[in-house]
Amino acid sequence: MADSSVAHAHDTHAHDDDQHLWDGGKEPMKASYGKLMMWYFLVSDAFTFAGFLIAYGALRFSSPSWPEPDYVFASFPFVKAHWPLVFVTFMTFVLIFSSVTMVRAVQEGHRENKRGVVFWMFLTILGGATFLGSQAYEWTTLIKYENVTVDRNPFGRYVADGELVDVNGKPVIENGAPVTVKKDQSYLLHGHEHDGKVELEQKFIKYTSGPNAGQVHEIGQGPKAFGALFFFITGFHGFHVFSGVVFLTIIMINAMSGLYAARRNGYEMVEKIGLYWHFVDLVWVFVFLVFYLL
Amino acid sequence: MAGHSSYEEQKQLVFRGLKILGIITIVEVAFALFAKGHVVPSITFGKDGGFGQGIYMLAMVGASLYKAYFIVFFFMHMAHEVRGLVLSVLLPTTLLIWAIIAFFQEGSAWGASREHIQEKNREVVQPGSQSKPQGYILPGTYQG
Repeated sequence: MADSSVAHAHDTHAHDDDQHLWDGGKEPMKASYGKLMMWYFLVSDAFTFAGFLIAYGALRFSSPSWPEPDYVFASFPFVKAHWPLVFVTFMTFVLIFSSVTMVRAVQEGHRENKRGVVFWMFLTILGGATFLGSQAYEWTTLIKYENVTVDRNPFGRYVADGELVDVNGKPVIENGAPVTVKKDQSYLLHGHEHDGKVELEQKFIKYTSGPNAGQVHEIGQGPKAFGALFFFITGFHGFHVFSGVVFLTIIMINAMSGLYAARRNGYEMVEKIGLYWHFVDLVWVFVFLVFYLL
Repeated sequence: MAGHSSYEEQKQLVFRGLKILGIITIVEVAFALFAKGHVVPSITFGKDGGFGQGIYMLAMVGASLYKAYFIVFFFMHMAHEVRGLVLSVLLPTTLLIWAIIAFFQEGSAWGASREHIQEKNREVVQPGSQSKPQGYILPGTYQG
């Protein structure tokens, strides 16, 4: 009897111990609520991006040919030459640098150094803005000069060997010889404006290999999904960069005003936007891989 | 977070990150240009299909995954978080492995179906040598 009453008393005591857990203030993940939720938001965002990139892969797998990234992405500001992948490498470095300056801002925040936080956040914002400007250049080149839109894609690759012919089936002669093309070689159909609408040039090929050997076909557009996927996915990433720049600016102004210094929590808000900003860089690693390297 | 390492060590981490991410990116791009025939025109294993392209793609995916690991664990401080937080973020992403396998399989199937349809469209049916239809004809239905 005495034993059970002791046990009972012990139970009530344990119950009292549990009770205070409901008062809050205990962090099982050793991270504040805001930081934890930022992590889980980023997990969900990672799934969104993964869904888009996997869709790109599935459509690419379903297509007999796909535009070559080092042929499509080869323009560079003020340079007429064909510089494959150079400009997107520059964009990648802009994001890496802005990620590094963000790490510095977070570190200065832990030291409660307001000037340091504001200085490094300012550099981070500059990096984000430079990236957005670069993306604007890339999109402008593709849309205005190469006529790629969400439903038009003049970039393609020949599906079989052949020679170029004119509309009457006569071989196209360049430098005294007929123009022959190889399977997987890239092409770009140039466009011109007609009554305010872009029309792509008509080119014809007489195949010398493959299932259509001996037949004359019009060289059509490349896989149309390419344009939609490119603008949608890089646009979604660019929108993340843009929102990042907006939030970084707000938080930098708040830091300048002394708001976070008053909170005395090691500029946790800077740490949270830092997580988001690194995530944007992380996504770019995979966008860069999928669109430009593979 | 702070307090795990001295301020100087933290600053060194930043430069190490810059170096690692920068070098990997430059190597990736240089290897891409090399494998796709922009350095030596005859070397194009990175876009020829088959084994060479498989190796090329694996190398690119591997390098990108390492960059991702570095960003998450050192820039985002995942290395200093408690195990529960690390697992609750990283374990769900393993679902993506199946998503990749399943959707790439699905994509190949779409391609195969489209190819099949085009093959069928190319088929030419030869008309029969006799003008009268062959086989059993219901009485009173043949107009020829």
